[in-house]
Order: sequence, then C-alpha cells, then structure tokens
Amino acid sequence: MIKGTVIKYGDNIDTDVIIPARYLNTSNIDELAAHCMEDLDKDFVNKVKPGDIMVAGKNFGCGSSREHAPAVIKAAGIACVIAETFARIFYRNAINIGLPIMECPEAAKDIENGDQVSVDIYTGVITNISKGKTYQGTPFPEFMQDIMKAGGLINYVKGKGE
Amino acid sequence: MGMTMTQKILAAHAGLDKVKAGQLIMADLDLVLGNDITSPVAIKEFQKIGVKEVFDKSKVAIVPDHFTPNKDIKSAEQCKFIREFARDKEIENYFEVGEMGIEHALIPEKGLVVSGDVVIGADSHTCTYGALGAFSTGVGSTDMAAGMAIGKAWFKVPEAMKIVLKGSLPKWVSGKDVILHIIGMIGVDGALYQSMEYTGPGVASLTMDDRFTIANMAIEAGAKNGIFEVDEKTIEYMKEHSTKKYTIYKADEDAEYTRVIEIDLSTLRPTVAFPHLPENTRTIDEVGDIPIDQVVIGSCTNGRIEDLRVAAKILKGNKVKKGVRTIIFPATQKIYLQAMKEGLLEIFIEAGAAVSTPTCGPCLGGHMGILAAGERAVATTNRNFVGRMGHPESEVYLASPAVAAASAITGKISSPEEVVK
Repeated sequence: MIKGTVIKYGDNIDTDVIIPARYLNTSNIDELAAHCMEDLDKDFVNKVKPGDIMVAGKNFGCGSSREHAPAVIKAAGIACVIAETFARIFYRNAINIGLPIMECPEAAKDIENGDQVSVDIYTGVITNISKGKTYQGTPFPEFMQDIMKAGGLINYVKGKGE
Repeated sequence: MGMTMTQKILAAHAGLDKVKAGQLIMADLDLVLGNDITSPVAIKEFQKIGVKEVFDKSKVAIVPDHFTPNKDIKSAEQCKFIREFARDKEIENYFEVGEMGIEHALIPEKGLVVSGDVVIGADSHTCTYGALGAFSTGVGSTDMAAGMAIGKAWFKVPEAMKIVLKGSLPKWVSGKDVILHIIGMIGVDGALYQSMEYTGPGVASLTMDDRFTIANMAIEAGAKNGIFEVDEKTIEYMKEHSTKKYTIYKADEDAEYTRVIEIDLSTLRPTVAFPHLPENTRTIDEVGDIPIDQVVIGSCTNGRIEDLRVAAKILKGNKVKKGVRTIIFPATQKIYLQAMKEGLLEIFIEAGAAVSTPTCGPCLGGHMGILAAGERAVATTNRNFVGRMGHPESEVYLASPAVAAASAITGKISSPEEVVK
C-alpha cells in the first residue's frame, strides 16, 4: 500500500517539462532528477518528499519516448502517479521501470494539492484520507502486475529465462 | 468481426489467426531502433539481462542523431558508449556522422522497413514508418533493451480510428497541414492508445513524403501508430529503397473503428499550431500579426527533399528578413546531396539562410538554433511544448515548409500566397 501527500498538476504534462531535453546529454538519473518538472514548477525538487503522490489531469507524460521522464519522477521520490489518462509511451515506460501509476479520472479530478492519499495498485482502490473518500482506479492487468512485481521489464525478461 | 490493418500485422507477428482490441500479445520484431539519447539507457538495461548478443545483428539500428555532431563533452561520451556497443555487438545498422541522418528519414531511405513489418523504436516519432504500411511505434529504452535481447515486445492490441481522405491538396498545402488539421480537430489525446488508419481515394494524391509527415505526427494526437493503406506509390518506394520482402495488409470490411473521420483534402488551408500544444491550430487566414525571430526548416517531420524543394521555390530570388535567423536542415546525407545537385542549397544560401548537416538539434532544444527568453520561432518540427526549443519563455509555432519559408521572408507568420504571386 502506497500512502503520501499529493502534489497536483494539470492536463497534458509533457515529457519536455518533466525533464527538459537540454539536460539529456547524460543518462545519470540522479543527476537528472535535480531538474525534474523544472520548466513547469521550479520549486518541485525543493518541496517533494519521498513517498509523495503526483496527481494530474489527462494525457500525462505526452510527447517524447524518453524513459528518463518516469525515471526522474521516481528518483525524485514520487511513490505513485495518479492521472485521468496517461500518454501511452509514458504508461509503458512507467511499468517497465517499476514506477506505480494509476488511471482514475474521478480521483484525479477530486483530489487536491496537499491531500493525504493511499493507493493499492493491485486492486485499484484509491483512498483520499483528507476527504474521507474512495475511488476505484483501473488496476493493471495481470501481465503488467507481473512486470511490476518483478521490479520492471528487465527482471521480468530475466525471470523468464529468455 | 474483422480486423484493422494494425490488428492484422500484430496478429501475424504474434502467431495468431485473430486478435481483438485490448488483447495483450507478445509480437516478433522486424526492427529495433534507438538514438544517442535513448540508446545509452537501453544498453545499460541490456547489459543487466545477461545475454551476450543482440537477437539479430541486422534487425537493430542505432542512429546518433539528436546531439550530433557531438555538441559537448557529455554528448560525445554518450555517443562513444553507443558506438562501442554497436562495434562490440557487430550491429550492422549503426550510422556514424557522415552517413547518419535523422533516424526517421534515414531508416526508410535505407530500406530497413517495409509494409507489414513490426518496428519498435526508442523515439516517439518511430510511428513515421506507418507511411509504408508497417506497424511502428515509439517505446522507451527498457523496451528497446528487451527488444534487442529477445526480438519481441509486448503490446496491447489497439482500437482504431479510420481517417478517410478524399480529393487532393490545393497549392501550398501539404501533409503537414493535413496532420495539423487533424490534431486541431481531435486534440493531443484524440487518438490516445489507438491506431490512426488512413484510407480512401485521397491517399493516392499524397506523395510518400506527405505520408511520412502525416504518420510522423500520429504521436502528437496520442496515437500508438499511424498507418497508410499500401498503394502503387508505396510499392514503388519500397522497390526503389529496399530488398526486403513486404506483405500488404488491408483492413477487413467489417473491422471496427472508434470513430470515422472524412477529410476533403481540397478544402484544407495552410495550418499553424500555436504554443504550447500541437492542437492549438489556426488556418493561415486566422493567424494575425505574429512577428518572429527564427525559422527552422527540417526535422524528422519535414526535412525531406520535397520539403526542401517547396522551401526553395518560395525563397528563390528572395532574401530572408533581416534579423530572422533561418536555419535549414536536410534530414539525411542523401537528401543533402540531392538538394545540392538540384541547386536548392545555393538558393537557401543566396537567400540568407544557414544550411546545416543533418541533426535533430533545435527541434528538442538540443543545439544549433536554441531560443532565448521571449523569442519566437516558426518551425516545421513536431512539438511546441513549453521550453521545447530553448528557454521556457520562448515560443514555437508549428507549420509547413511553405509557411516557414514565406515567414522567413516577411519576418512574421505568413502564407506562401503573400510572397509568391
């Protein structure tokens, strides 16, 4: 069970604001994490605490295929991203690197900045502790849960012995 | 219920007679692609898997095109890392500076993709090859790593949107205007998780370069892929560029679509996407007075020979407006050479434009044309997000090569009709 404080953003948060390409001359994720969300919210890296939950509107992670985007969000300490919808490459990448994400339009609209929220990524149940409400998100299909449980695609592929 | 083009290709590569939307499958890959930004991450992940070789040395392509020719020491180190991997794993399709081009212009030109193929690339614009009737889609570095190791990738079979094209494009209107028009209509998540399948009598009137541009920006509507029905022009292109065996898939009559959109190409106008989303489109008639500081003509969207020809037609005998930096990027060495032979480069230089070796450079704010705070560019590229071409307070307006060239002359966003009487 994931439990944390919410940092909320709007619709169409693209990978260029999550991690600007001008920094991608390195693939060192810890170095890149210092620039997470920089072009949208310069204060993000100062205010984020390990275990916080990011909530956003529709089409989260649109744009580039850069896996650095979910990786820096994870490295910055975010435990889970809840959004109305995710762009598809970001969705894949998050699963492949083991960043928990959850699609739930109702929760994404209702949850406010600073709310305390818990998420069960296997059942899809999201609880807004601050508001005393629960929402039903879309849990991962079994296949994707297996990848998450293995800790990402690489471990999953290794585990299959292929 | 029948299958769409995409569903048929995926079924064939998963060894299944039939698939349906939503089904999770493992599919065999015909090509796995990466660039100098995504490959370093992929290679590190590949090394964790513990396999010694890539699944097929002829089916992996690595193209250092983003920060190349190396823009700084860190970029040079990243390129060195992927170069050594390519050498060590004897990857046949590694393209060094000098033979390198922008990956999505280069890969079709080298004949590495044909219709019926399944391609993944660790670059979101991998969807470009749908112009050839292939299923191709962007993925992340970890998918690239697993793809290089086992030659397979998992997919959720997508639903599809059918786009029926009719008529033919008016003068100065191109594939870029078609796709901007569509994104303006359906929005940046209008085709989320879906395939955009292009069909109808209007397809025949589109050149291959128009189709590459249209398929290229499927991702800007949130789509998994864009795909064109194969016709005589596609077959001619494949015969000219490739020796690979191709398979043509046609959608079943009773295939299911989430939406059917009909577009009469003859009614379209030059179209511009305003900051900061590709869906913020206006026709050239609705643009108003927007002065600009820079023009970029090139990229995987619009750096092909026809793009350069139309820009040259407009710039010929004209000068770019003083103070408007105009930078033109032929997308591959072959296109560069062709442009030179046709005298296009001379036209550009005479007009006061800079011509660069192929690179993704300014499109993603990498190098070779970065914007300062408050500056505005018209670009034939694909994204106008905050900070995309430089400072977070700069602005990018997306347009066709024709509009970009006309705007370079007038110093404000302009229609080619204003410049060429």
